[in-house]
Amino acid sequence: MTINELERIASQVRRDIIRMVHGCQSGHPGGSLGATDIVTALYFDQMQIDPANFRMDGNGEDMFFLSNGHISPMFYSILARRGYFPVSELATFRRLGTRLQGHPTTAEGLPGVRIASGSLGQGLSVAVGAAQAKRLNGDKHLVFVLMGDGEQEEGQIWEAAMYAPAKGVDNLIAIVDYNKKQIDGSTDDVLNLGDLRAKYEAFGWNVLEMSGNNMQAVVNTLKFARENAFQGKPQLILAHTEMGMGVDFMMGTHKWHGSAPNDEQAANALSQLQETLGDY
Amino acid sequence: MDFTIQNNKDTRSGFGEGLLEAGRRNPKVVAFCADLTGSLKMGDFAKEFPERFFQTGIAEANMINMAAGMALSGFVPFTGTFAAFSTGRVYDQIRQSVAYSNKNVKIAASHAGVTLGEDGATHQILEDIGLMKMLPNMTVIVPCDFNQTKNATIAAAEYEGPVYLRFGRPKVPNFTPVDDKFVIGKAQMLQEGTDVTIFACGHLVWKAVQALPILKEMGINAELINIHTIKPLDVEAVLKSVGKTRCVVTAEEHQRNGGLGDSIAQVLALNMPCPMEMVAVNDVFGQSGTPDELLKAYHLDTPDIVEAVKKVVDRKQ
Repeated sequence: MTINELERIASQVRRDIIRMVHGCQSGHPGGSLGATDIVTALYFDQMQIDPANFRMDGNGEDMFFLSNGHISPMFYSILARRGYFPVSELATFRRLGTRLQGHPTTAEGLPGVRIASGSLGQGLSVAVGAAQAKRLNGDKHLVFVLMGDGEQEEGQIWEAAMYAPAKGVDNLIAIVDYNKKQIDGSTDDVLNLGDLRAKYEAFGWNVLEMSGNNMQAVVNTLKFARENAFQGKPQLILAHTEMGMGVDFMMGTHKWHGSAPNDEQAANALSQLQETLGDY
Repeated sequence: MDFTIQNNKDTRSGFGEGLLEAGRRNPKVVAFCADLTGSLKMGDFAKEFPERFFQTGIAEANMINMAAGMALSGFVPFTGTFAAFSTGRVYDQIRQSVAYSNKNVKIAASHAGVTLGEDGATHQILEDIGLMKMLPNMTVIVPCDFNQTKNATIAAAEYEGPVYLRFGRPKVPNFTPVDDKFVIGKAQMLQEGTDVTIFACGHLVWKAVQALPILKEMGINAELINIHTIKPLDVEAVLKSVGKTRCVVTAEEHQRNGGLGDSIAQVLALNMPCPMEMVAVNDVFGQSGTPDELLKAYHLDTPDIVEAVKKVVDRKQ
């Protein structure tokens, strides 16, 4: 897929995010908007997947796990736009009886979701387990996981970070959505993450960095990581992103981490995002 | 049931043998252990299936979630560590990624209860049954001896869904049949009686067996049922027995809050209120000591069961 096509999809995904969060007056738009380009590139270009025949076991295809489950609007939009379930279902986000729960779950059987996330810190471990399962099965596909940067404060992350290199789990590509913001403020103020790159490298990971809102850079980096899999080490991509990317008044602040726009704000946001695939 | 003691063995060794057998029967069975391979008796499995054994180091949270991730692809993962670290330490991981996500993970928990002994209260978890049975989708199994733990392990591997399998450290009388088919959720009648029903689980089943001849001499004809599956509880067996005996004693190596007695009481309160006594730890932590000393100190021994039966039979009259 061309960069321009991917960017057009990302624009529609951002519209979906705003409309979903506005529709139910809850949810997490900031991180969703920031991570859109990365996950769009994964699902529409880089991952080998079969959306029409979703298999929970993920055998014979690449697998993706969203560890920071609160950015579910982005995840749901991309799954729907990629064909896992009808786009019209996005309108049910966070409403009683929906398959699109506030945080992703498997309980309602939404195609594309393989495990619940929301309580932070668990996704990297799940991905390591899934990657080891692929090794046992002789399945030469990859496992991807997206984590938040605030999530790096969870101790369990570092249990998994220690395990994966120690056991040579090299079919795993982990991505940190490094927007440097979390609910209470900047990560520097809340709990300084220090030198994340040096930390992961010290744990034994191959670390890449990319501009996470530049589609060309995202595609290039993911492609590079794919080509460098199966060489004895897990890989970590520090994705420098902007929370709220695409909507001017949501950028440069942590205030839109978990709050919904009102009618006027939503209209303003949508005026900045081109409708490319048709709204749901 | 024939109560002849075949030998004295620890239930954790029953788990070890069961895991090995399950691994031989099904190549999808895999095992994780957080640096307690010897204590959990997982060494034989690790030796025979090194590619299917994952040493996680002392990182239980990572272990539970890796097991959930591996279960996705059709594997049947067992996780192994002490009961304290299999539950309280990883409750959120189990809740979100195993129970809520309904993954086929088997949580094998050894050294449960006060009979862990000298290590003391930090390791003697008495709350784990309650923690696990509260989780939707979770099955909770507490076998009573070596043979039953082995058979329960094999049954857990064949069952699809999350399982908490609780067993212990000390050597205890092994009396259930070697090849007894373990049916999850089916209470095990050990002796029929008419005057009182004793529901027991785990190590306290044998303590209850020892109470039977004492009660008989006192003229009390007790029924003894082994509730090896706390959840799903065999409600039909409970009501059938209590409908006959009209009074109940429960016995378990666990807190009264959240344990077997609590489950039985709920069924009876809703369906068949009757006098009931609970032999259990009552809202205190354990301490260091030998297993036998601790069972006595916390009133979990045969004389305590006898006393509870006398009391409940009196209350019935």
